[in-house]
Amino acid sequence: MSSIRLENLGKSYAGVQAVRGVDLTVADGEFFTILGPSGSGKTTLLTLIAGLAMPTEGRILFGDRDVTHVPTVGRGIGLVFQNYALFPHMTVFDNVAFPLSVRKKKRAEIEDRVQEALSLVRLTGFEKRKPSQMSGGQQQRVALARAIVFRPTILLLDEPLGALDRKLREELQVELKELQRSLRVTTLLVTHDQEEALSLSDRLLVIDKGTVQQIAPPREAYLRPANSFVADFLGISNFVPLDGGKGVVRPERLQVELIGEHGSRGPSVTAPNATGRVREAVYLGQVVRLHVTLDDGGELIAAVSPAGPAALAQSGDAVAVSWQREHVWPLEATRSGAEAARRAAFHK
Amino acid sequence: MTAHADTLAQTRQFAGGRRNIAGPSADTLRVWPLLILLIALFDLPLLFTLGLSLYGKNGFTLAHYAELLNTPAYLGVMASTLRVSLIATLVNALVGYPLAYWITGLDPRRRGIALACVLLPFWVSILVRTYAWIVVLGNGGLVNRLLQWGGVVDEPISFLYSEVGVTIGMTNVLLPFLVLPLYATMMRIDGRLTQAASSLGASSWTVFWRVFFPLTVPTLAASSLLVFMLSLGFYVTPAILGGGKVAMAGNLLDSLINQIPRWEMAAALAAVLLVITLAIYFAYARLGRWSRA
Repeated sequence: MSSIRLENLGKSYAGVQAVRGVDLTVADGEFFTILGPSGSGKTTLLTLIAGLAMPTEGRILFGDRDVTHVPTVGRGIGLVFQNYALFPHMTVFDNVAFPLSVRKKKRAEIEDRVQEALSLVRLTGFEKRKPSQMSGGQQQRVALARAIVFRPTILLLDEPLGALDRKLREELQVELKELQRSLRVTTLLVTHDQEEALSLSDRLLVIDKGTVQQIAPPREAYLRPANSFVADFLGISNFVPLDGGKGVVRPERLQVELIGEHGSRGPSVTAPNATGRVREAVYLGQVVRLHVTLDDGGELIAAVSPAGPAALAQSGDAVAVSWQREHVWPLEATRSGAEAARRAAFHK
Repeated sequence: MTAHADTLAQTRQFAGGRRNIAGPSADTLRVWPLLILLIALFDLPLLFTLGLSLYGKNGFTLAHYAELLNTPAYLGVMASTLRVSLIATLVNALVGYPLAYWITGLDPRRRGIALACVLLPFWVSILVRTYAWIVVLGNGGLVNRLLQWGGVVDEPISFLYSEVGVTIGMTNVLLPFLVLPLYATMMRIDGRLTQAASSLGASSWTVFWRVFFPLTVPTLAASSLLVFMLSLGFYVTPAILGGGKVAMAGNLLDSLINQIPRWEMAAALAAVLLVITLAIYFAYARLGRWSRA
């Protein structure tokens, strides 16, 4: 296993800076995610780490080894693509055996290790199939088996679940996480799906316009985003006034109370932060999302429990919205003042 | 009452069913004119040729085929036709494959120019092109002068009026039939397959032979077969570049029809060529099915 270190890494294509000044250390055995919208530079970052493209500046180290100018073939990484990239003319067995056979392993050893890899991805018995005879999820498992069979020190996953439907994707996410944990292989996932990033990673990196926006564990990035881009990209953000500046509060932190016909409120909230009317109530099963237009013209989105009374709110209903001050995370401008103190208070 | 209603419903069903059957037959009727045209233009002449090869003074006979297979001159022509076609196909594949591969690697602008160069022969008359080779390959031609000037040879090499000249000419004419399909196939191969292969530890040599090449083999086989079948019927190129010394089936057919009118022998020869072509085609089709399974 191996750590990954990027030092001031940059890449420009024909004068256009795709990625710039990336400093990053991924620990040995860590599940790390690079998250960003399309065109953010996340795929460029992956191709640089994979050695499919050469950086125009900076260094890449695997452990203590400088691999900046080592081509892909010499990097010893397991690479999984979104479109699986299975060899269509080979059987499942030959696909998975490929990295071993190019390393001139003995036949018996190849047999054993292919079987082991296939059982890890729960595809025992599929050896003789061709990729075209398998479903998308199965093909992606084959690609995964092929990427781990030669025991690489680093596993790179480029949107590996992007082509699968939601249910299958969630199943495979769990399997991927288990597999990564049992192999203890340093794993780098590239995705634009923030749910995937939040659910799988030990830490994640948010990238936009070629520059790193934040590197943090999922929970911290979600609740304490470095800036409004990260806040918006990781989920629904409500921007509310705070200390003369702006703060962000997540929809599930908002409390919503229906205001009765005579202006009477429920007993729990005595002084709401804002009042307004429900513009739209969206039922999502696990949660009800209320889009609220405030009396001052602002907009808030609240996620309330479908079991609670607020779930009965319908469009046009008057509501009171409140939040606790410690659930509001100050954004850059606001933070500059008493940042240290607030941050310390927040961490408690 | 109920029974009666049931019968009525059944009758209606039948009527409906009949209408459905009537539909396709009306469609078939509309196909007939075209079908008759196709039969009249393509199949009847072919059948007529076959009939000619099987018809003698006393009606049905296999004598023409017997003569064909017992005359060394005819056999010789068929053998040299097969040999020249095979060599031309092989040379085509050996030149065409790297050429297609090279074009795939160019940037889009140069790719367009290179493809146009490959396609150019299609737009020039085959006669003009073939005569052009005389200028290039003749004893006083471009190649020989260069070789003599460079001191490589003292005497001009006679490329022309031999199988070498014919092979060169045929390769030139047939190259696009191989390069274009191969180019299309190579362009369609997902670049991530080769990236994946090299990330898995394969050298570029291994990536090519174990991933890239196998994916192009079906197209290579199909287009080689096409080139081979086209070579079998070549006439102009052997006639001019062979100078009458390289006898191929097409030229023999010309003699049998225009010079020593023996149409029944020409018909028999044509039938044998057709059978060879079909046999190769079916062998290929079977091979294709077998490799897919």
